[in-house]
Amino acid sequence: MTDTATTAGVRATARIGARGDGRGGTCLPVLRGEGPLAPRRTRGSGDEAHVLLVGAMGGPLGGDRFAVEAHVAEGARLRVGSAAATIALPGQAKGAAARYDVRLTVADGGELHWLPEQLISARGSDLYVTTRAELAPAARLVLREEQVLGRVGEEPGRLTSRLAVRIAGRTVLDQELSCGPGAPGGWDGPAVLGGHRAVGQLVLVRPEFAKAPVVARVLGEGAAVVPLAGPAALVTAVAPDARLLRALLDRGLAELG
Amino acid sequence: MSRAALLVLADGRFPAGGHAHSGGAEAAVRAGRITGAAELEDFCRGRLHTAGLVAASVAAAAALGCEPAGLDAAADARTPSPALRLAARRLGRQLVRAARATWPSPGLDALARDFPKGAHQPVVLGLTARAAGLGPEDAAYCAAYESVSGPATAVVRLLGLDPFEAAGVLARLAPEVDEVVGRAVAAARDAAVEGVDVLPAASAPLLEVCAEAHAAWSVRLFAS
Repeated sequence: MTDTATTAGVRATARIGARGDGRGGTCLPVLRGEGPLAPRRTRGSGDEAHVLLVGAMGGPLGGDRFAVEAHVAEGARLRVGSAAATIALPGQAKGAAARYDVRLTVADGGELHWLPEQLISARGSDLYVTTRAELAPAARLVLREEQVLGRVGEEPGRLTSRLAVRIAGRTVLDQELSCGPGAPGGWDGPAVLGGHRAVGQLVLVRPEFAKAPVVARVLGEGAAVVPLAGPAALVTAVAPDARLLRALLDRGLAELG
Repeated sequence: MSRAALLVLADGRFPAGGHAHSGGAEAAVRAGRITGAAELEDFCRGRLHTAGLVAASVAAAAALGCEPAGLDAAADARTPSPALRLAARRLGRQLVRAARATWPSPGLDALARDFPKGAHQPVVLGLTARAAGLGPEDAAYCAAYESVSGPATAVVRLLGLDPFEAAGVLARLAPEVDEVVGRAVAAARDAAVEGVDVLPAASAPLLEVCAEAHAAWSVRLFAS
């Protein structure tokens, strides 16, 4: 007999809401975890509030449905990180996929730094992760996402990751990457990942890019900084491992000033 | 619908400028990632399921009558590399010129007027198919096949690969081209109802990154 409660997986949503405290700082009227997702306020800096996402149980496992929602109101500044890498693991139910949905909204004059640690796709796992950021015309964003295919020396699981960024109702970036067993063919070939085991993107949205877009440039082999079709810039990078990937994305961020 | 019209549009000799582009193969050859037929096949397969799927779905949606400006913006969002956006617009401008002479239509006239610098090539391709009396599936076939035939032809020139081997690669990919066309047309039909955000957004990081490096070369055989 199969335990239906187990095969259905865990459903959990964490919510973070940031707004100006009226004294030039940022307060967090909403900070709510659920199940394995626990957002913790940590010491902020200046007018910025800091939150660390703590995965209290690990996962997501097959069948789980996790969601994180963060809203930054007008004029507020929020930085979100995570305490450790997220590891997608196989569930008990064979063939059950997991989902992880991140929804970010930033109002005019608000700024969000969304800088979680890596997402690691472990052997046998199957995860579909979506990150959707919705920004007002004068909102600012720094968003990093990194995927690592397999723990050290391990084959990856199936991972599909979609990242979409909308500014003032217009989609400026929409990218989906599928890799691992069962993904459409050629994902590890010379057009897509070319054997690299770490891949990441860093998105910067700044209203001033509308008038002065960044100039496209290559950051060595496997990474480039490009202006998007809107007030945003993107660093795309592939690397042999998580450490080298982070170095490329950090360099891209530094070059963007 | 005329099946022969599809052959005219899909013919590599149709004067739309595609022969000047390698679809990223030139950069991959230079980087040593394509050295023969096996790697070419893997390259083409990856391109087919990413850029090829996106192009095929945009072309099918345009052929179905989705609004061109919305599709063009959707193509921009799915093409982070400015070098690739520029190449797609140049190809679009060349195709609209050839298509208006071949299948005169108000839809193509309006497209040329609204996009003086060129619309993304798959948008133009879809409207061209419509003007030629073809359907969304035909448009998707042209885009999906082009996503692999371009690199295969280019690698014959770049590596001196045996053209028989390149043709063999394309023949082996044919079932996957069929599959991609099926997915692209289904997504285009959804987009016609739900909007362009539901179009596929499959991406190929190496194609995007290497396109920027390639665009900066001072000497190259292909434009992209």
